[in-house]
Amino acid sequence: MITAEDLTKRYRSTLAVDGLSFTVESGRVTGFLGPNGAGKSTTMRMMLGLDRPTGGVARIDGVPYAELRHPLRKVGALLDAKAVHGGRTARDHLLQLAQSNGLPASRVGEVLEKVGLTEVARRRVGGFSLGMAQRLGIAGALLGDPEILIFDEPVNGLDPEGILWIRTLMRGLAAEGRTVFVSSHLMSEMAQTADHLIVIGRGRLIADTTVSEFISRSAQRYVRVRSPQLRSLAALLNGAATGLSGDHLRVPGRTTEEIGEAAAAAGIPLHELTMVEPSLESAYMELTQDSVEYTAVAS
Amino acid sequence: MRSEWTKFRSVRSTMWSMATVVVVMVGFSILNSKISLDMIDKEPLGDPAALSMAGAQFATLVVAALGVLVISGEYRTGMIRTSLLAVPRRGRMLAAKVIVFTLAVLALMLVTTLVSFFAGQLVLGEHGVALTEGDSLRIVLGSALYITATGLFGLAVGTVIRHTAGGIVAITVLLLILPQLATVLPGEAGAQVMKYITSTAGMRIMSPASDALLPPWTGFGVYLLWVAAAMALALTLLRRRDA
Repeated sequence: MITAEDLTKRYRSTLAVDGLSFTVESGRVTGFLGPNGAGKSTTMRMMLGLDRPTGGVARIDGVPYAELRHPLRKVGALLDAKAVHGGRTARDHLLQLAQSNGLPASRVGEVLEKVGLTEVARRRVGGFSLGMAQRLGIAGALLGDPEILIFDEPVNGLDPEGILWIRTLMRGLAAEGRTVFVSSHLMSEMAQTADHLIVIGRGRLIADTTVSEFISRSAQRYVRVRSPQLRSLAALLNGAATGLSGDHLRVPGRTTEEIGEAAAAAGIPLHELTMVEPSLESAYMELTQDSVEYTAVAS
Repeated sequence: MRSEWTKFRSVRSTMWSMATVVVVMVGFSILNSKISLDMIDKEPLGDPAALSMAGAQFATLVVAALGVLVISGEYRTGMIRTSLLAVPRRGRMLAAKVIVFTLAVLALMLVTTLVSFFAGQLVLGEHGVALTEGDSLRIVLGSALYITATGLFGLAVGTVIRHTAGGIVAITVLLLILPQLATVLPGEAGAQVMKYITSTAGMRIMSPASDALLPPWTGFGVYLLWVAAAMALALTLLRRRDA
Protein backbone atom coordinates (compact mmCIF):
# COMPACT_ATOMS: atom_id res chain seq x y z
CA MET A 1 0.00 0.00 0.00
CA ILE A 2 1.25 3.45 -0.89
CA THR A 3 -0.05 6.56 0.80
CA ALA A 4 0.47 10.18 -0.14
CA GLU A 5 -0.38 12.76 2.48
CA ASP A 6 -0.66 16.35 1.44
CA LEU A 7 2.29 15.87 -0.90
CA THR A 8 3.57 19.17 -2.25
CA LYS A 9 6.48 20.11 -4.47
CA ARG A 10 7.45 23.62 -5.42
CA TYR A 11 10.13 24.51 -7.95
CA ARG A 12 10.89 28.17 -7.45
CA SER A 13 7.74 29.88 -8.72
CA THR A 14 5.86 26.84 -10.03
CA LEU A 15 3.83 24.53 -7.87
CA ALA A 16 4.34 21.15 -9.53
CA VAL A 17 2.42 19.11 -6.98
CA ASP A 18 -0.16 20.79 -4.81
CA GLY A 19 -1.33 19.02 -1.66
CA LEU A 20 -1.95 15.56 -3.11
CA SER A 21 -3.46 12.95 -0.80
CA PHE A 22 -4.45 9.46 -1.90
CA THR A 23 -3.97 5.78 -1.19
CA VAL A 24 -2.90 3.09 -3.63
CA GLU A 25 -4.39 -0.26 -2.59
CA SER A 26 -2.96 -3.70 -3.20
CA GLY A 27 -4.33 -6.36 -5.53
CA ARG A 28 -5.28 -4.04 -8.33
CA VAL A 29 -3.82 -1.84 -11.01
CA THR A 30 -4.15 1.80 -10.09
CA GLY A 31 -3.78 4.17 -13.00
CA PHE A 32 -2.20 7.53 -12.33
CA LEU A 33 -3.51 9.82 -14.96
CA GLY A 34 -2.99 13.39 -15.96
CA PRO A 35 -1.97 15.54 -18.91
CA ASN A 36 1.72 16.10 -19.56
CA GLY A 37 3.17 18.36 -16.90
CA ALA A 38 0.47 17.51 -14.37
CA GLY A 39 3.03 16.37 -11.80
CA LYS A 40 2.84 12.58 -12.20
CA SER A 41 6.55 11.93 -12.46
CA THR A 42 7.37 14.37 -9.69
CA THR A 43 4.87 12.64 -7.43
CA MET A 44 6.39 9.26 -8.20
CA ARG A 45 9.91 10.53 -7.57
CA MET A 46 8.81 11.88 -4.20
CA MET A 47 7.26 8.50 -3.34
CA LEU A 48 10.59 6.87 -4.11
CA GLY A 49 12.71 9.26 -2.10
CA LEU A 50 14.44 10.74 -5.14
CA ASP A 51 12.93 14.19 -4.80
CA ARG A 52 12.40 15.85 -1.48
CA PRO A 53 8.81 17.05 -1.00
CA THR A 54 8.37 20.71 -0.15
CA GLY A 55 5.56 19.57 2.12
CA GLY A 56 3.73 16.41 3.09
CA VAL A 57 4.94 12.85 3.06
CA ALA A 58 4.66 9.66 1.01
CA ARG A 59 4.83 6.28 2.69
CA ILE A 60 5.28 2.70 1.56
CA ASP A 61 3.36 0.45 3.99
CA GLY A 62 3.66 3.23 6.53
CA VAL A 63 7.38 3.88 6.09
CA PRO A 64 9.09 6.54 3.95
CA TYR A 65 10.93 4.88 1.06
CA ALA A 66 14.33 6.15 2.13
CA GLU A 67 14.02 4.28 5.41
CA LEU A 68 13.51 0.87 3.83
CA ARG A 69 16.45 -1.42 4.53
CA HIS A 70 16.26 -3.39 1.28
CA PRO A 71 13.92 -1.24 -0.82
CA LEU A 72 14.09 -3.43 -3.93
CA ARG A 73 12.53 -6.30 -1.99
CA LYS A 74 9.54 -4.11 -1.17
CA VAL A 75 9.15 -1.81 -4.15
CA GLY A 76 10.10 -2.30 -7.78
CA ALA A 77 10.11 0.85 -9.85
CA LEU A 78 10.67 1.73 -13.45
CA LEU A 79 10.89 5.47 -13.94
CA ASP A 80 13.07 5.93 -17.00
CA ALA A 81 14.18 2.92 -18.98
CA LYS A 82 17.21 4.75 -20.28
CA ALA A 83 18.49 5.55 -16.76
CA VAL A 84 21.21 2.93 -16.96
CA HIS A 85 24.91 3.14 -17.72
CA GLY A 86 25.19 2.20 -21.38
CA GLY A 87 28.65 0.72 -21.00
CA ARG A 88 27.51 -2.05 -18.70
CA THR A 89 26.07 -5.37 -19.78
CA ALA A 90 22.46 -6.21 -18.91
CA ARG A 91 23.67 -8.94 -16.60
CA ASP A 92 26.15 -6.72 -14.74
CA HIS A 93 23.55 -4.00 -14.38
CA LEU A 94 21.11 -6.37 -12.70
CA LEU A 95 23.83 -8.13 -10.71
CA GLN A 96 24.90 -4.83 -9.22
CA LEU A 97 21.28 -4.05 -8.24
CA ALA A 98 20.86 -7.51 -6.71
CA GLN A 99 24.04 -7.17 -4.67
CA SER A 100 23.01 -3.79 -3.32
CA ASN A 101 19.91 -5.34 -1.78
CA GLY A 102 21.37 -8.64 -0.64
CA LEU A 103 19.57 -10.63 -3.31
CA PRO A 104 21.07 -13.86 -4.66
CA ALA A 105 22.79 -13.59 -8.04
CA SER A 106 20.48 -16.35 -9.29
CA ARG A 107 17.62 -13.81 -9.35
CA VAL A 108 19.37 -12.05 -12.24
CA GLY A 109 18.98 -15.05 -14.54
CA GLU A 110 15.39 -15.54 -13.41
CA VAL A 111 14.23 -12.02 -14.18
CA LEU A 112 16.15 -11.91 -17.47
CA GLU A 113 14.29 -15.08 -18.42
CA LYS A 114 10.98 -13.57 -17.35
CA VAL A 115 11.37 -10.48 -19.55
CA GLY A 116 12.90 -12.43 -22.41
CA LEU A 117 16.38 -10.89 -22.42
CA THR A 118 18.38 -14.02 -21.63
CA GLU A 119 20.01 -14.04 -25.04
CA VAL A 120 21.30 -10.47 -24.82
CA ALA A 121 22.34 -10.68 -21.16
CA ARG A 122 26.00 -10.16 -22.02
CA ARG A 123 25.47 -7.29 -24.44
CA ARG A 124 26.08 -3.70 -23.43
CA VAL A 125 22.92 -1.86 -22.52
CA GLY A 126 23.83 1.18 -24.62
CA GLY A 127 23.00 -0.73 -27.78
CA PHE A 128 19.52 -1.75 -26.62
CA SER A 129 16.38 -0.54 -28.38
CA LEU A 130 13.81 1.29 -26.31
CA GLY A 131 11.72 -1.86 -26.10
CA MET A 132 14.68 -3.86 -24.79
CA ALA A 133 15.65 -1.11 -22.36
CA GLN A 134 12.08 -1.11 -21.10
CA ARG A 135 12.24 -4.85 -20.53
CA LEU A 136 15.54 -4.45 -18.71
CA GLY A 137 13.99 -1.76 -16.52
CA ILE A 138 11.12 -4.10 -15.71
CA ALA A 139 13.58 -6.90 -14.97
CA GLY A 140 15.20 -4.53 -12.47
CA ALA A 141 11.84 -3.74 -10.92
CA LEU A 142 10.97 -7.44 -10.53
CA LEU A 143 14.40 -8.39 -9.18
CA GLY A 144 13.48 -8.28 -5.50
CA ASP A 145 10.09 -9.95 -6.00
CA PRO A 146 8.44 -6.82 -4.54
CA GLU A 147 4.85 -6.45 -3.35
CA ILE A 148 4.62 -2.99 -4.81
CA LEU A 149 5.36 -1.95 -8.39
CA ILE A 150 5.59 1.58 -9.70
CA PHE A 151 5.82 2.28 -13.43
CA ASP A 152 6.10 5.72 -14.98
CA GLU A 153 4.70 5.81 -18.51
CA PRO A 154 5.82 2.24 -19.23
CA VAL A 155 4.31 2.00 -22.71
CA ASN A 156 5.68 5.26 -24.06
CA GLY A 157 7.41 4.63 -27.35
CA LEU A 158 6.71 0.92 -27.41
CA ASP A 159 5.40 -1.04 -30.38
CA PRO A 160 1.97 -2.75 -30.09
CA GLU A 161 3.55 -6.06 -29.14
CA GLY A 162 5.51 -4.41 -26.32
CA ILE A 163 2.43 -2.57 -25.12
CA LEU A 164 0.44 -5.78 -24.99
CA TRP A 165 3.23 -7.51 -23.11
CA ILE A 166 3.41 -4.81 -20.46
CA ARG A 167 -0.35 -4.67 -20.11
CA THR A 168 -0.54 -8.43 -19.57
CA LEU A 169 2.35 -8.31 -17.13
CA MET A 170 0.74 -5.58 -15.03
CA ARG A 171 -2.60 -7.38 -14.92
CA GLY A 172 -0.78 -10.54 -13.90
CA LEU A 173 1.13 -8.79 -11.12
CA ALA A 174 -2.06 -7.31 -9.70
CA ALA A 175 -3.78 -10.69 -9.91
CA GLU A 176 -1.01 -12.09 -7.71
CA GLY A 177 -2.14 -9.59 -5.08
CA ARG A 178 0.55 -6.99 -5.65
CA THR A 179 0.09 -3.25 -5.69
CA VAL A 180 0.57 -1.86 -9.18
CA PHE A 181 0.74 1.89 -9.63
CA VAL A 182 1.17 3.02 -13.20
CA SER A 183 1.16 6.47 -14.70
CA SER A 184 0.06 7.48 -18.16
CA HIS A 185 -1.20 10.48 -20.02
CA LEU A 186 -3.15 8.17 -22.30
CA MET A 187 -6.66 7.50 -21.12
CA SER A 188 -7.24 4.74 -23.65
CA GLU A 189 -4.28 2.82 -22.26
CA MET A 190 -5.57 3.08 -18.71
CA ALA A 191 -9.05 1.99 -19.78
CA GLN A 192 -7.59 -1.36 -20.76
CA THR A 193 -5.28 -1.89 -17.83
CA ALA A 194 -6.43 -0.12 -14.69
CA ASP A 195 -9.07 -1.02 -12.12
CA HIS A 196 -8.82 2.19 -10.23
CA LEU A 197 -7.93 5.70 -11.30
CA ILE A 198 -6.21 8.61 -9.66
CA VAL A 199 -6.48 11.61 -11.93
CA ILE A 200 -4.50 14.77 -11.39
CA GLY A 201 -4.20 18.05 -13.21
CA ARG A 202 -1.83 20.88 -12.41
CA GLY A 203 -0.61 18.99 -9.38
CA ARG A 204 -4.06 18.65 -7.84
CA LEU A 205 -6.27 15.64 -7.34
CA ILE A 206 -9.18 15.65 -9.79
CA ALA A 207 -10.57 12.17 -9.22
CA ASP A 208 -9.87 9.07 -7.14
CA THR A 209 -12.35 6.47 -8.27
CA THR A 210 -12.95 3.20 -10.15
CA VAL A 211 -12.78 3.28 -13.91
CA SER A 212 -16.50 2.60 -14.44
CA GLU A 213 -17.54 5.16 -11.86
CA PHE A 214 -15.24 7.66 -13.48
CA ILE A 215 -17.03 7.29 -16.82
CA SER A 216 -20.56 7.35 -15.56
CA ARG A 217 -19.89 10.28 -13.28
CA SER A 218 -18.13 12.53 -15.68
CA ALA A 219 -19.76 12.02 -19.04
CA GLN A 220 -23.33 11.36 -20.02
CA ARG A 221 -24.54 8.84 -22.52
CA TYR A 222 -26.68 10.27 -25.28
CA VAL A 223 -28.57 9.20 -28.37
CA ARG A 224 -27.33 10.41 -31.71
CA VAL A 225 -30.11 10.99 -34.24
CA ARG A 226 -29.96 11.98 -37.90
CA SER A 227 -33.06 12.86 -39.83
CA PRO A 228 -34.00 14.97 -42.87
CA GLN A 229 -36.46 16.75 -40.55
CA LEU A 230 -34.15 17.68 -37.69
CA ARG A 231 -36.19 20.73 -36.67
CA SER A 232 -39.50 18.94 -36.33
CA LEU A 233 -37.71 16.17 -34.46
CA ALA A 234 -36.14 18.67 -32.05
CA ALA A 235 -39.54 20.25 -31.43
CA LEU A 236 -41.00 16.81 -30.80
CA LEU A 237 -38.33 16.14 -28.16
CA ASN A 238 -39.27 19.29 -26.25
CA GLY A 239 -35.82 20.81 -25.97
CA ALA A 240 -34.17 17.64 -24.73
CA ALA A 241 -31.93 17.69 -27.80
CA THR A 242 -28.81 19.69 -28.51
CA GLY A 243 -26.77 20.26 -31.67
CA LEU A 244 -29.58 21.58 -33.82
CA SER A 245 -27.20 23.54 -36.03
CA GLY A 246 -25.29 20.44 -37.19
CA ASP A 247 -26.38 17.43 -39.20
CA HIS A 248 -27.45 15.45 -36.16
CA LEU A 249 -29.00 15.84 -32.72
CA ARG A 250 -27.64 14.68 -29.39
CA VAL A 251 -30.28 13.59 -26.96
CA PRO A 252 -29.16 12.81 -23.45
CA GLY A 253 -31.39 11.04 -20.96
CA ARG A 254 -33.58 9.18 -23.49
CA THR A 255 -33.38 5.68 -24.85
CA THR A 256 -33.28 4.80 -28.55
CA GLU A 257 -36.65 3.09 -28.17
CA GLU A 258 -38.34 6.20 -26.82
CA ILE A 259 -37.00 8.41 -29.60
CA GLY A 260 -37.62 5.88 -32.37
CA GLU A 261 -41.23 5.31 -31.32
CA ALA A 262 -41.90 9.02 -30.89
CA ALA A 263 -40.50 9.74 -34.35
CA ALA A 264 -42.54 6.94 -35.90
CA ALA A 265 -45.72 8.22 -34.23
CA ALA A 266 -45.06 11.70 -35.66
CA GLY A 267 -44.12 10.30 -39.08
CA ILE A 268 -40.57 11.66 -39.05
CA PRO A 269 -38.10 9.49 -40.96
CA LEU A 270 -34.84 8.66 -39.18
CA HIS A 271 -31.49 8.04 -40.90
CA GLU A 272 -29.59 7.16 -37.78
CA LEU A 273 -30.42 6.30 -34.22
CA THR A 274 -27.45 5.39 -32.06
CA MET A 275 -26.79 5.15 -28.35
CA VAL A 276 -23.39 6.75 -27.77
CA GLU A 277 -21.44 5.47 -24.76
CA PRO A 278 -18.92 8.02 -23.63
CA SER A 279 -15.36 6.75 -23.86
CA LEU A 280 -12.96 7.02 -20.97
CA GLU A 281 -10.99 9.31 -23.22
CA SER A 282 -13.78 11.85 -23.56
CA ALA A 283 -14.54 11.68 -19.85
CA TYR A 284 -10.92 12.38 -19.17
CA MET A 285 -10.69 15.21 -21.67
CA GLU A 286 -13.72 16.83 -20.10
CA LEU A 287 -12.26 16.58 -16.62
CA THR A 288 -8.80 17.78 -17.39
CA GLN A 289 -9.73 20.47 -19.87
CA ASP A 290 -9.16 23.21 -17.34
CA SER A 291 -5.95 21.76 -16.10
CA VAL A 292 -3.93 21.30 -19.24
CA GLU A 293 -0.84 23.35 -18.78
CA TYR A 294 0.22 23.66 -22.39
CA THR A 295 -2.64 24.02 -24.81
CA ALA A 296 -2.22 24.46 -28.51
CA VAL A 297 -3.68 27.79 -29.56
CA ALA A 298 -6.28 27.35 -32.28
CA SER A 299 -5.29 29.40 -35.30
CA MET B 1 29.83 -2.40 -1.38
CA ARG B 2 29.89 -5.49 -3.53
CA SER B 3 27.38 -3.74 -5.69
CA GLU B 4 29.64 -0.70 -6.05
CA TRP B 5 32.54 -2.98 -6.91
CA THR B 6 30.48 -4.57 -9.68
CA LYS B 7 29.60 -1.13 -10.97
CA PHE B 8 33.23 -0.03 -10.80
CA ARG B 9 34.68 -2.96 -12.68
CA SER B 10 31.91 -3.44 -15.22
CA VAL B 11 32.39 -0.30 -17.30
CA ARG B 12 35.12 0.18 -19.85
CA SER B 13 36.29 3.60 -18.67
CA THR B 14 37.53 2.11 -15.40
CA MET B 15 39.64 -0.50 -17.08
CA TRP B 16 41.01 1.94 -19.63
CA SER B 17 42.02 4.53 -17.03
CA MET B 18 43.61 1.89 -14.85
CA ALA B 19 45.58 0.46 -17.77
CA THR B 20 46.67 3.94 -18.83
CA VAL B 21 47.93 4.69 -15.36
CA VAL B 22 50.03 1.54 -15.19
CA VAL B 23 51.54 2.09 -18.64
CA VAL B 24 52.25 5.75 -17.96
CA MET B 25 53.81 5.16 -14.57
CA VAL B 26 56.10 2.34 -15.61
CA GLY B 27 56.84 3.85 -19.03
CA PHE B 28 57.79 7.28 -17.71
CA SER B 29 59.93 5.68 -15.04
CA ILE B 30 62.01 3.79 -17.58
CA LEU B 31 62.14 6.69 -20.03
CA ASN B 32 63.02 9.30 -17.47
CA SER B 33 65.69 7.18 -15.83
CA LYS B 34 67.24 6.51 -19.23
CA ILE B 35 67.27 10.19 -20.22
CA SER B 36 68.73 11.28 -16.89
CA LEU B 37 71.35 8.60 -17.12
CA ASP B 38 72.37 9.79 -20.58
CA MET B 39 72.74 13.35 -19.32
CA ILE B 40 74.50 12.46 -16.13
CA ASP B 41 77.69 14.29 -17.27
CA LYS B 42 75.87 17.58 -17.83
CA GLU B 43 73.63 17.69 -14.77
CA PRO B 44 73.34 15.79 -11.50
CA LEU B 45 70.96 12.85 -11.40
CA GLY B 46 68.61 14.00 -8.69
CA ASP B 47 66.77 11.62 -6.37
CA PRO B 48 66.66 8.20 -8.09
CA ALA B 49 63.41 7.23 -6.40
CA ALA B 50 61.73 10.48 -7.47
CA LEU B 51 63.00 9.95 -11.01
CA SER B 52 61.20 6.64 -11.23
CA MET B 53 57.98 8.36 -10.13
CA ALA B 54 58.11 10.77 -13.07
CA GLY B 55 54.77 9.52 -14.40
CA ALA B 56 52.97 10.27 -11.15
CA GLN B 57 51.81 13.76 -12.14
CA PHE B 58 50.18 12.45 -15.27
CA ALA B 59 48.80 9.39 -13.53
CA THR B 60 47.32 11.71 -10.92
CA LEU B 61 45.27 13.51 -13.55
CA VAL B 62 44.00 10.26 -15.05
CA VAL B 63 42.97 8.94 -11.64
CA ALA B 64 41.36 12.28 -10.74
CA ALA B 65 39.35 12.07 -13.96
CA LEU B 66 38.39 8.50 -13.10
CA GLY B 67 37.20 9.71 -9.69
CA VAL B 68 35.01 12.30 -11.39
CA LEU B 69 33.68 9.74 -13.87
CA VAL B 70 32.68 7.22 -11.21
CA ILE B 71 29.90 9.55 -10.11
CA SER B 72 29.37 11.92 -13.05
CA GLY B 73 28.88 8.91 -15.30
CA GLU B 74 25.87 8.04 -13.17
CA TYR B 75 24.45 11.51 -13.52
CA ARG B 76 25.06 11.61 -17.27
CA THR B 77 23.15 8.39 -17.86
CA GLY B 78 20.51 8.87 -15.17
CA MET B 79 21.89 5.74 -13.52
CA ILE B 80 22.09 7.74 -10.28
CA ARG B 81 18.31 7.46 -9.90
CA THR B 82 18.46 3.71 -10.34
CA SER B 83 21.31 3.58 -7.82
CA LEU B 84 19.40 5.67 -5.29
CA LEU B 85 16.31 3.52 -5.70
CA ALA B 86 18.43 0.53 -4.71
CA VAL B 87 20.26 2.38 -1.92
CA PRO B 88 18.11 5.34 -0.88
CA ARG B 89 20.40 6.26 2.01
CA ARG B 90 22.64 8.58 0.08
CA GLY B 91 25.42 8.73 2.63
CA ARG B 92 25.69 4.96 2.47
CA MET B 93 25.85 5.00 -1.29
CA LEU B 94 28.63 7.58 -1.31
CA ALA B 95 30.51 5.76 1.46
CA ALA B 96 30.38 2.50 -0.49
CA LYS B 97 31.71 4.27 -3.56
CA VAL B 98 34.54 5.87 -1.57
CA ILE B 99 35.60 2.60 0.05
CA VAL B 100 35.55 0.59 -3.17
CA PHE B 101 37.38 3.32 -5.07
CA THR B 102 40.01 3.73 -2.36
CA LEU B 103 40.74 0.02 -2.04
CA ALA B 104 40.84 -0.63 -5.77
CA VAL B 105 42.97 2.37 -6.69
CA LEU B 106 45.30 2.09 -3.72
CA ALA B 107 45.97 -1.61 -4.38
CA LEU B 108 46.69 -0.96 -8.02
CA MET B 109 48.85 2.09 -7.29
CA LEU B 110 50.95 0.30 -4.69
CA VAL B 111 51.81 -2.38 -7.21
CA THR B 112 52.34 0.16 -9.99
CA THR B 113 54.62 2.45 -8.01
CA LEU B 114 56.69 -0.49 -6.81
CA VAL B 115 57.05 -1.84 -10.35
CA SER B 116 57.92 1.67 -11.58
CA PHE B 117 60.49 2.04 -8.85
CA PHE B 118 62.25 -1.22 -9.59
CA ALA B 119 62.06 -0.68 -13.35
CA GLY B 120 63.63 2.75 -12.93
CA GLN B 121 66.39 1.48 -10.64
CA LEU B 122 67.11 -1.33 -13.11
CA VAL B 123 67.73 1.27 -15.83
CA LEU B 124 69.83 3.43 -13.51
CA GLY B 125 71.94 0.44 -12.57
CA GLU B 126 74.79 1.49 -10.30
CA HIS B 127 73.28 4.98 -9.91
CA GLY B 128 70.06 3.51 -8.56
CA VAL B 129 69.01 3.13 -4.93
CA ALA B 130 67.48 0.35 -2.85
CA LEU B 131 63.91 0.68 -1.60
CA THR B 132 65.18 0.90 1.96
CA GLU B 133 67.68 3.62 1.13
CA GLY B 134 67.06 7.27 2.02
CA ASP B 135 63.53 8.53 1.31
CA SER B 136 62.83 5.89 -1.35
CA LEU B 137 60.16 3.94 0.49
CA ARG B 138 58.37 7.12 1.53
CA ILE B 139 58.45 8.44 -2.03
CA VAL B 140 57.18 5.21 -3.55
CA LEU B 141 54.38 4.67 -1.03
CA GLY B 142 53.69 8.39 -1.01
CA SER B 143 53.07 8.39 -4.74
CA ALA B 144 50.47 5.66 -4.37
CA LEU B 145 48.84 7.52 -1.46
CA TYR B 146 48.83 10.87 -3.23
CA ILE B 147 47.36 9.47 -6.44
CA THR B 148 44.65 7.62 -4.52
CA ALA B 149 43.76 10.68 -2.46
CA THR B 150 43.54 12.71 -5.65
CA GLY B 151 41.13 10.18 -7.09
CA LEU B 152 38.92 10.74 -4.05
CA PHE B 153 39.25 14.48 -4.56
CA GLY B 154 37.93 13.91 -8.09
CA LEU B 155 35.10 11.77 -6.77
CA ALA B 156 34.06 14.50 -4.35
CA VAL B 157 34.27 17.23 -6.99
CA GLY B 158 32.33 15.05 -9.45
CA THR B 159 29.57 14.62 -6.86
CA VAL B 160 29.36 18.37 -6.37
CA ILE B 161 29.45 19.27 -10.08
CA ARG B 162 27.46 16.24 -11.37
CA HIS B 163 28.87 16.69 -14.86
CA THR B 164 31.84 14.92 -16.43
CA ALA B 165 33.47 17.76 -18.37
CA GLY B 166 32.71 20.33 -15.69
CA GLY B 167 34.02 18.02 -12.99
CA ILE B 168 37.28 17.37 -14.81
CA VAL B 169 37.79 21.07 -15.43
CA ALA B 170 37.11 21.82 -11.77
CA ILE B 171 39.53 19.23 -10.46
CA THR B 172 42.18 20.43 -12.95
CA VAL B 173 41.76 23.98 -11.73
CA LEU B 174 42.10 22.82 -8.13
CA LEU B 175 45.19 20.69 -8.78
CA LEU B 176 47.10 22.67 -11.41
CA ILE B 177 45.86 26.23 -11.77
CA LEU B 178 45.18 27.12 -8.16
CA PRO B 179 48.75 26.20 -7.03
CA GLN B 180 50.13 28.26 -9.94
CA LEU B 181 48.03 31.25 -8.99
CA ALA B 182 49.19 30.93 -5.40
CA THR B 183 52.84 31.31 -6.42
CA VAL B 184 52.23 34.88 -7.57
CA LEU B 185 50.80 35.92 -4.20
CA PRO B 186 53.02 38.71 -2.93
CA GLY B 187 55.25 38.76 0.12
CA GLU B 188 55.98 36.39 2.97
CA ALA B 189 52.26 35.79 3.62
CA GLY B 190 51.83 34.75 0.02
CA ALA B 191 54.67 32.26 0.28
CA GLN B 192 53.09 30.82 3.43
CA VAL B 193 49.65 30.41 1.78
CA MET B 194 51.22 28.84 -1.30
CA LYS B 195 52.58 25.94 0.78
CA TYR B 196 49.11 24.90 1.83
CA ILE B 197 47.44 24.87 -1.58
CA THR B 198 46.12 21.48 -2.79
CA SER B 199 48.76 19.74 -4.88
CA THR B 200 51.67 21.85 -3.61
CA ALA B 201 51.01 20.40 -0.17
CA GLY B 202 49.94 16.96 -1.34
CA MET B 203 52.89 16.29 -3.61
CA ARG B 204 55.35 16.70 -0.73
CA ILE B 205 54.71 13.05 0.14
CA MET B 206 56.21 11.86 -3.14
CA SER B 207 59.03 14.36 -3.47
CA PRO B 208 62.46 14.77 -1.87
CA ALA B 209 62.33 16.97 1.24
CA SER B 210 62.53 20.70 0.67
CA ASP B 211 63.00 23.51 3.19
CA ALA B 212 60.85 25.95 1.25
CA LEU B 213 57.77 23.74 1.52
CA LEU B 214 55.92 21.70 4.15
CA PRO B 215 57.44 18.46 5.51
CA PRO B 216 56.19 15.42 3.54
CA TRP B 217 53.61 14.00 5.96
CA THR B 218 52.41 17.42 7.09
CA GLY B 219 51.88 18.35 3.46
CA PHE B 220 49.94 15.17 2.81
CA GLY B 221 47.86 15.77 5.95
CA VAL B 222 46.96 19.23 4.69
CA TYR B 223 46.03 17.69 1.34
CA LEU B 224 43.75 15.17 3.04
CA LEU B 225 41.98 18.09 4.71
CA TRP B 226 41.28 19.54 1.27
CA VAL B 227 39.89 16.18 0.15
CA ALA B 228 37.83 15.82 3.32
CA ALA B 229 36.39 19.31 2.90
CA ALA B 230 35.40 18.55 -0.69
CA MET B 231 33.87 15.24 0.41
CA ALA B 232 31.87 16.92 3.19
CA LEU B 233 30.47 19.40 0.68
CA ALA B 234 29.68 16.54 -1.70
CA LEU B 235 27.81 14.62 1.00
CA THR B 236 25.81 17.66 2.09
CA LEU B 237 24.75 18.47 -1.46
CA LEU B 238 24.03 14.85 -2.34
CA ARG B 239 21.69 14.59 0.63
CA ARG B 240 19.95 17.85 -0.01
CA ARG B 241 19.47 17.85 -3.78
CA ASP B 242 16.80 16.11 -5.83
CA ALA B 243 18.27 13.24 -7.77
